[in-house]
Amino acid sequence: MGVKVSMTVNGKQVSSEVEERTLLVTLIREQLRLTGTHVGCDTAQCGACTIAMNGKAVKSCSMLAMQAEGADIMTIEGVAKPDGTLHPMQAAFKENHGLQCGFCTPGMVMNAIDFAKRHPNASEQEVREALDGNLCRCTGYHNIVKSIMAGSKAMAAGK
Amino acid sequence: MHAFKYLRASSANDAAAAVAKNSEARYLAGGQSLVQAMKLRLSSPTDLIDLGAIKDLTGIKVDGSGVTIGAMTRHADVAGSADVKKAIPALAALAGMVGDRQVRNMGTLGGSLANSDPAADYPAAVLGLGATINTNKRKIAADDFFKGLFETALQPAELITSVTFPAAKRAAYVKFKNQASRFAIVGVFVADTGSGVRVAVTGAGPCAFRSKELEAALSKSFTVEAAAAVKVPDKGMNSDLHASAEYRAHLVTVMAKRAVQAALG
Repeated sequence: MGVKVSMTVNGKQVSSEVEERTLLVTLIREQLRLTGTHVGCDTAQCGACTIAMNGKAVKSCSMLAMQAEGADIMTIEGVAKPDGTLHPMQAAFKENHGLQCGFCTPGMVMNAIDFAKRHPNASEQEVREALDGNLCRCTGYHNIVKSIMAGSKAMAAGK
Repeated sequence: MHAFKYLRASSANDAAAAVAKNSEARYLAGGQSLVQAMKLRLSSPTDLIDLGAIKDLTGIKVDGSGVTIGAMTRHADVAGSADVKKAIPALAALAGMVGDRQVRNMGTLGGSLANSDPAADYPAAVLGLGATINTNKRKIAADDFFKGLFETALQPAELITSVTFPAAKRAAYVKFKNQASRFAIVGVFVADTGSGVRVAVTGAGPCAFRSKELEAALSKSFTVEAAAAVKVPDKGMNSDLHASAEYRAHLVTVMAKRAVQAALG
């Protein structure tokens, strides 16, 4: 027990004492109390734990906290503006009814934001392929795809 | 996950020295297989030596004869590299088919090869293109690298530093993926190298292997019809809840046909 790890989380510098084996998602949820990042399957299938590390979507249940040393981490809590204005991707999920129970949504949004930044004009087929690593058991994905298409457009338009 | 000691190595030499000291120590690359295996206690190293901070192990270099990719280069970076897309498009395409987006942002070339998962994608490219695996000790030809289920020619503490892929005249990789895990039930990499045809198969056996039958047929005639006429023997192929050995053997021919079609453009 007892190694130090430091990183930036949602713009704030964070230093924590963790066990070597502490997963990044455990640090985020149990020490930083940012419980918007979910643990669904815990086996790297479902993507509910997706966060952005240095701007890239990764699964926080599949990496050690120590692997994030010095990294810039963003979780779902850091996505909206400080005044509560939703990120265009979050707004698109709301507008398009892109969720039902909402459990998978934080991971969907974090992956979608990274994807939309890199592929602003993606086709529906490309969006569906980009969701390979995110499982939803309620929606049948249809409205999630619609949300991501709309969110991408809004992001590209700089809304 | 069992407890372990963690070391962030600052150079390949430091990492190799740390692993050489302890037979139960393991390198940590992207961790997309190892961390999950440790969570399931299928793997319980006493020490993890993290390669993530070693800059020398990352990067893509192109020269006239092919592409050299650092062992810690992430799948997403290979898939998105304009240089790789130009030099060996089939390799960039294969990297873009590994796992899912999030896995591709963490997983590494060296990690995939050292693990030698029977259903991993990269071994098919390495074997299909006749790549060279560069380690901290020597160069290993792809044909000598894959030894069995999760078994490679790597010696204890030997570290993959980069892989050199020769460019091919034309090549393609097609896989029949498991819908849940995205691993290959069968994947076939076909390469017309200019000095013969190489056909590498992943997912079907204990590790990636070359299909002599398909290579012989496609060397004579690099056509979909030539691939279709080959019946691959199912002897020694994997049989599990996803597919029987017989079905996998059938899929090898089907994937080879599709790969030849794709390579011909």
